[in-house]
Amino acid sequence: MREGLEQWDYVAAALTIGVVGTLLLVGWTLVAMVRAERRRDKVRGK
Amino acid sequence: MHGFANPARFLRLARWMMPLFLVSGLILSMGALLYGVIVVPPDRLMGDTVRILFIHVPAAWLGMAGWSTIAIASLVELVWRHPLAAIAGRAAAVPGAAFTAICLATGSIWARPTWGTWWVWDGRLTSFLVLLFLYLGYIALSGAAQRDMAGGGGGSRITAIFGLVGAINIPIINRSVVWWNSLHQPPSITAGKSAIDGTFLWPLLIAALGFSLVFGGVVLARMRTLLADIQAEARLRRKAMA
Repeated sequence: MREGLEQWDYVAAALTIGVVGTLLLVGWTLVAMVRAERRRDKVRGK
Repeated sequence: MHGFANPARFLRLARWMMPLFLVSGLILSMGALLYGVIVVPPDRLMGDTVRILFIHVPAAWLGMAGWSTIAIASLVELVWRHPLAAIAGRAAAVPGAAFTAICLATGSIWARPTWGTWWVWDGRLTSFLVLLFLYLGYIALSGAAQRDMAGGGGGSRITAIFGLVGAINIPIINRSVVWWNSLHQPPSITAGKSAIDGTFLWPLLIAALGFSLVFGGVVLARMRTLLADIQAEARLRRKAMA
């Protein structure tokens, strides 16, 4: 391609951002949910 | 609709829907990305970079879908005072912002080998960047509104009005490539028609379905988080007053 760009480098970078971003979002959301529900149950004295 | 206003009923539904959405969404989206990398052939014009389509386009759809969710939730909150509407709007903001950021980053990476530049200040890219700033503003405002509500203020309504006003940007993003000259291609998929070959279209639709399910699962998980926080704060306030 023009400028001798390696297309797969761009594909790998874009897919990595997409996959890692999605997995981080899911993981962070689940950790926050578990912590919030544990705190609520603790406050309720369960 | 008011039948779902009961948080206990919502939690019963969310407990089984959330893991179902997340697991099926991750399997479909990651499977479609893998299929796009391994099986789908290179495009005649774009070569191998066409594979970025399978993450960039679903992220763009979900960036706009996230704000549409906020706008609908804001309307329901303002008109019908549905107790879960404000929570649903706030829950959609972070995943909406995340997918908007993913769309901008992957689009910029795709632009370099195809347009010869990382960024152009045209209607589509600029309006999408504005969408990211709107999300950040909404997240900041809803955080402030939560603190304000604890003090008896009406900050939630201001957040809802902001959510409705920000929706003006959605048709601007959608029509930007038609209204103004742009390096970005015009809409490839319109009602009932597609300019994309079936080889690329089917994995794209499956990736979009998968990422949408992930988005739905994240929104439900965030609603559970916000509800748990509200319930804990309410219990602590009652204890403090007793």
